[in-house]
Amino acid sequence: MTLNRRSFLGTGLALGAALSAPRAIGQAKPRVVIVGGGAGGATAARYIAKDSQGAIDVILIEPTRTYYTCFFSNLYIGGFRELNSIAHNYGGLASEYGVNVVHDWVIGVDRDAKTVSTAAGHSLAYDRLIVAPGIDFVDGAVPGWSTAAQNKMPHSWKAGSQTQLLKAQIEAMPEGGTFCMVAPPNPYRCPPGPYERISMVAHVLKERNPTAKILVADPKPKFSKMALFQEGWERHYTGMVEWLGPDFGGGNVSVDPDAMTVDIDGSVEKVDVCNVIPAQKAGHIAQVAGLTDASGFCPIVPATMQSRMDENIHVLGDATIAGDMPKSGFSANSQAKVAAMAVRAALTGSRAFPAKFSNTCWSLIDTDDGVKVGASYQATEEKIAKVDGFISQTGEDAALRKATYEESLGWYAGITADMFG
Amino acid sequence: MRESFILALVLTLGGVGQGVAEETAQAIGDPEAGADVWILCSGCHQIGPDAEIGIGPPLSGIFGRRMASVEGFPYSRSMMRMGRDGLIWSLETLDAYIENPRVLVSGTRMGFEGLEDPTERADLLAFLREFSDKPSNIPEAAPTALAALPTLSDETLAIVGDAAYGEYLASECTTCHQRDGSDRGIPSITLWPEENFVLAMHAYKQKLRPHPVMQMMASRLSDEEIAALAAYFATLGR
Ligand SMILES: Cc1cc2nc3c(=O)[nH]c(=O)nc-3n(C[C@H](O)[C@H](O)[C@H](O)COP(=O)(O)OP(=O)(O)OC[C@H]3O[C@@H](n4cnc5c(N)ncnc54)[C@H](O)[C@@H]3O)c2cc1C
Repeated sequence: MTLNRRSFLGTGLALGAALSAPRAIGQAKPRVVIVGGGAGGATAARYIAKDSQGAIDVILIEPTRTYYTCFFSNLYIGGFRELNSIAHNYGGLASEYGVNVVHDWVIGVDRDAKTVSTAAGHSLAYDRLIVAPGIDFVDGAVPGWSTAAQNKMPHSWKAGSQTQLLKAQIEAMPEGGTFCMVAPPNPYRCPPGPYERISMVAHVLKERNPTAKILVADPKPKFSKMALFQEGWERHYTGMVEWLGPDFGGGNVSVDPDAMTVDIDGSVEKVDVCNVIPAQKAGHIAQVAGLTDASGFCPIVPATMQSRMDENIHVLGDATIAGDMPKSGFSANSQAKVAAMAVRAALTGSRAFPAKFSNTCWSLIDTDDGVKVGASYQATEEKIAKVDGFISQTGEDAALRKATYEESLGWYAGITADMFG
Repeated sequence: MRESFILALVLTLGGVGQGVAEETAQAIGDPEAGADVWILCSGCHQIGPDAEIGIGPPLSGIFGRRMASVEGFPYSRSMMRMGRDGLIWSLETLDAYIENPRVLVSGTRMGFEGLEDPTERADLLAFLREFSDKPSNIPEAAPTALAALPTLSDETLAIVGDAAYGEYLASECTTCHQRDGSDRGIPSITLWPEENFVLAMHAYKQKLRPHPVMQMMASRLSDEEIAALAAYFATLGR
């Protein structure tokens, strides 16, 4: 993306000087800087601003003015949502909660000086830093593919123009054409996401292009809600989806974006659409800040979401190694509330209660056929551990599946309000 | 900053020494100690990425697996029946089976006497759990820890304790727990906030907390009696 001039929304912070002035301890209000305005960062900004009632300065740095949620982006592909229904902006965080929203990229973190630097050339001091940059892709994960090829073979694993592009490509497929997905290895954002996407693509093709084929090359022998998805594909999209796990070469894949071919274990296939979802790591800035370990993700202290590398920094969401929690918007939102409480306790002495985490992932298989998997988690010293959970069952009746789908609509409205006010 | 960091930690841990409920989840057991117990199993069973059928079926991925579902293994008829009934290997079923195989599956072919020591079983289960699906990748995978606190209904939490009845019941507690709040090897429960007391007692009652004596004491108390004790100890000596 092109970088816009720096821009400030909301409570009219004096530019430049005020932001970068060294902070005298004990004088000014404590300041929290948040990197990334997604499920983790936006929630943390709102909760800290709301609950500290002006006692803490909150600055949220996010390059984009419109945040497209990845959650429900598959439903947009399937024709169940409009694009603008998954678009959100930061106006409410600024005007209602007094969050200083800065549209800029963070390009460096000086942990000793406790400042961050931005692409527009600013330096901002913090008392606590929250890092929630989501994911980036591992270079070379799928031979032949790089982000330079993302217009020919979209990932659509960050929502917005990529999602639009993939939808347009699916709708333009020739009659009887082939859609191929290169599924990611663990760990990646949204464990059931690729398979919900397959369901939505099948839904579109069944209506528009019923002789088309869907091919999934998967390096994993098993995935979340597998039995539920396979049952649904068999029932709604009989014969359309071919899933190749590692036993059938699904883990040995390369692509040629110019030729639009996919090589699966030595057999080369010409395809019409190729959705490459590469292996993932924490958003680049987490690595620049020295918060990642060899896994490419950030180890954290479960009770507070503090980085194991730096007690003045909290890391949230997909960028973390969150023990048993999957990488999801629900998880990031849940972790953000724990971190917000810990940050307020540290900076203003407010009460902190024991950390409690939860997650539920809904997926839509076809019209009114929703399924879900969820769990609750508690912190042990070592990790965030799953202590309980539930999952939809195969063979459930239509009324229950419809109710599950409707529940997901309520969840979407709830979480986006919880993030953006 | 440093002080407030420590303050935050203390707050998060719930105020050490005040007798406030420790609310972190409990590990299943110690997987390293479990690796030693595994020696009892490894003559017949394999585990790990390349595990295959040996004298017994491979135990990678056992958590969440339907009983008798490894293809190609000649299970006993009892085990097959349980599999057909949809029984799943979980912490609870595995623990019962390892404690005494024939109690859970009467005609099992597994030639193992059973493991009486609950700590050894817990450690073994913690070891086995490391070789099954991770909930971070497959959210529906089996839990990896035990909840420290029970989830109580609003009705249970709303019961107003009868402190006078609590005083009567408390004589059983004060045999061990000092009324004056001193801690001589047995933690103080005097002046414990009511809700924490209620949660902790229900955690013992539901066997979420491991202490066998407390599990036994709590198992005999009704919800009203727990509330009464909580009300009594919360105000004791005030
Ligand atoms: C197809 C799909 C479907 C999904 N469905 C669901 C679902 O149904 N339910 C669910 O719970 N989850 C779902 N998810 C997962 C969910 O979208 C993510 O887990 C969630 O967005 C993670 O939140 P986050 O805050 O870690 O990252 P993000 O939401 O990605 O936010 C990160 C933000 O940081 C910004 N950023 C990055 N680098 C910088 C920098 N250097 N400086 C400043 N800002 C920066 C980015 O612009 C971005 O806005 C889905 C994901 C996909 C791909």
